[in-house]
Amino acid sequence: MSVLIYAENAGGTFKKSIFEAVSYAKAIANQNNTDLIAISIGNVSADELASLGKYGAKKVLNVSGDKLKNFVNQAYASIIAEAAKKESADIVVLSNTFSGRGLAPRLGVKLEAGVADGAVALPEQNGGKFTVKKTAFSGKAFAVVELSSANKVIALVPNSYKVVETGSSAQVEDFTTEAKESDFKAIIKDIVRSTDKVSLPDAEIVVSAGRGLKGPENWGMIEELADLLGAATACSKPVSDAGWRPHSEHVGQTGIAVSPNLYIAIGISGAIQHLAGISSSKVIVVINKDPEAPFFKVADYGIVGDAFEVVPQLIAAVKAYKASA
Amino acid sequence: MKILVCASNVPDTTTKITFTNNNTQFNTNGVQFILNPYDEIALSRAIELTDGGKGTVTVINVGEVSTEATIRKALAIGATDAVRVNAKPHDAWYVAYQIAQYVKANPFDLILTGRESIDYNGSKVAGMLGELLDLPSVSIIKKLDAADSEATVEREIEGGKEILTIPYPFVAGTAEGVAEPKIPNMRGIMSARTKPLTVVEPVDVKNFSEIISYETPAPRGQVTLVAAADTAKLVELLHTEARVI
Ligand SMILES: Cc1cc2nc3c(=O)[nH]c(=O)nc-3n(C[C@H](O)[C@H](O)[C@H](O)COP(=O)(O)OP(=O)(O)OC[C@H]3O[C@@H](n4cnc5c(N)ncnc54)[C@H](O)[C@@H]3O)c2cc1C
Ligand SMILES: Nc1ncnc2c1ncn2[C@@H]1O[C@H](COP(=O)(O)O)[C@@H](O)[C@H]1O
Repeated sequence: MSVLIYAENAGGTFKKSIFEAVSYAKAIANQNNTDLIAISIGNVSADELASLGKYGAKKVLNVSGDKLKNFVNQAYASIIAEAAKKESADIVVLSNTFSGRGLAPRLGVKLEAGVADGAVALPEQNGGKFTVKKTAFSGKAFAVVELSSANKVIALVPNSYKVVETGSSAQVEDFTTEAKESDFKAIIKDIVRSTDKVSLPDAEIVVSAGRGLKGPENWGMIEELADLLGAATACSKPVSDAGWRPHSEHVGQTGIAVSPNLYIAIGISGAIQHLAGISSSKVIVVINKDPEAPFFKVADYGIVGDAFEVVPQLIAAVKAYKASA
Repeated sequence: MKILVCASNVPDTTTKITFTNNNTQFNTNGVQFILNPYDEIALSRAIELTDGGKGTVTVINVGEVSTEATIRKALAIGATDAVRVNAKPHDAWYVAYQIAQYVKANPFDLILTGRESIDYNGSKVAGMLGELLDLPSVSIIKKLDAADSEATVEREIEGGKEILTIPYPFVAGTAEGVAEPKIPNMRGIMSARTKPLTVVEPVDVKNFSEIISYETPAPRGQVTLVAAADTAKLVELLHTEARVI
């Protein structure tokens, strides 16, 4: 038996969410006194692959080739399932990224495995029972799910498990399998990346703004604050509905759920649907001119004031702090 | 074009989530159930794509008889007909298995789900259906344009998007951007009552997962208010006390 982690790369390198998932998978391997094997698909350098050893991977299976350079859901699922069989892995761990969410259910069916998507904590294994805590009701609650199948697939939410460096460098091994022709029906025509921005699901700090900002022309200060903090920008639903910001920035029950270390909400009232998507943020700061705004009830820090005065001052204060640090 | 839309019946977005029986059961007392918002988007796009006699839209739900109000809503919005698999939806695997069973006997060109159900948020049914039917699947799409033999979809990725073409049949989970949700009109509501709703019985499925309990997020402490003129103080607190910057 072993634990297999799928180490997803983004343009040839691994992101922090993957180091979290590798650390998490290593802890599961420790629970079961077994080894952690990683699999990488795409074109990743040998050094980058070996670096997964730092987080506990003993061996890294490297699958490369032009056809597999970019994520092809069906083919990747077939390859990961093959690797799981070859390594007798009964637990497969993924990061709950956009691609991870495409793979987990397909792997679940291929391996006849119960799937714990959206995992936020290590599994508990007591008296033969294997349970995992996962998000439910769009962040309004957690569910503890028992996986009773012999094989298990777990997808870990980014930012919910700490990176732990235990090992050194992993042994890298080429892995080849024949993916079926029918696995390549979906054809990627183009990939558009906005490289200059921090991506929302990965962000440790999120600066978010709502209808209180009055119009899209006022987002300059939000972006400036975000840039200064190395943060991603986000917004409430009416803001993206009105086309002030792209849909990909909309957080909440019907948008993206985020769990950053710091969430700064500016001119957002704090409706239950908005709170659902951000309630697992570690620290919440609210800036709102209405002292009765519901958002203050879930905030750790708050400023009652006009965003158009407070945000420029906050930008100045952050600049001053950075200059002194 | 024959389109299948998978529809789930979920608690209204304003629902305050509570549990009963020692936190082992979701408390449905006083909860209003609705058509999952993402499924509404899938349905709305399906209706646009088949508008003017260009095809049919079938809605399928795995649920007990109490979900029929939600199914009728989907018919009122404009689905052609509906199927209910008469069973409690145990988990995504159970749901996908039942739907796959139906699709094997009644093929479709395009199968749409929502990106996720807002109760269990698994984003699993689309991928599981794809695997069970050996079809391509895309879990979260923001755009769907249909040509004769293939569709072009936009998939969200971290910090960007990916544009794919996929030949029919395939499965896709829809998110915002795919369509504006349609609101039923009076004619739709009237005709929904007489549109066909077929009830089929479930098949036996092996059980791989079970929710055994629930937790609600830990309550947060009292908010620390900082004067509007003192943003430097806030920065200091975030650095020294909260340790997040
Ligand atoms: C089915 C459904 C799903 C939904 N899903 C989501 C979701 O996923 N995410 C989401 O966000 N919403 C969602 N909503 C909408 C939600 O109910 C609220 O309407 C929305 O969150 C409100 O957005 P807002 O706070 O930006 O705007 P408002 O409610 O208009 O609040 C604006 C806030 O800005 C403050 N303000 C105004 N001017 C200033 C100023 N100069 N300085 C400082 N503060 C100022 C006001 O005091 C107010 O609190 C959903 C609704 C429905 C029905
Ligand atoms: N009981 C159900 N009946 C029909 N479709 C469902 C059901 N549950 C979930 N789905 C579909 O699967 C999608 C994803 O659900 P989930 O995998 O639970 O996040 C939903 O948006 C629906 O389209």
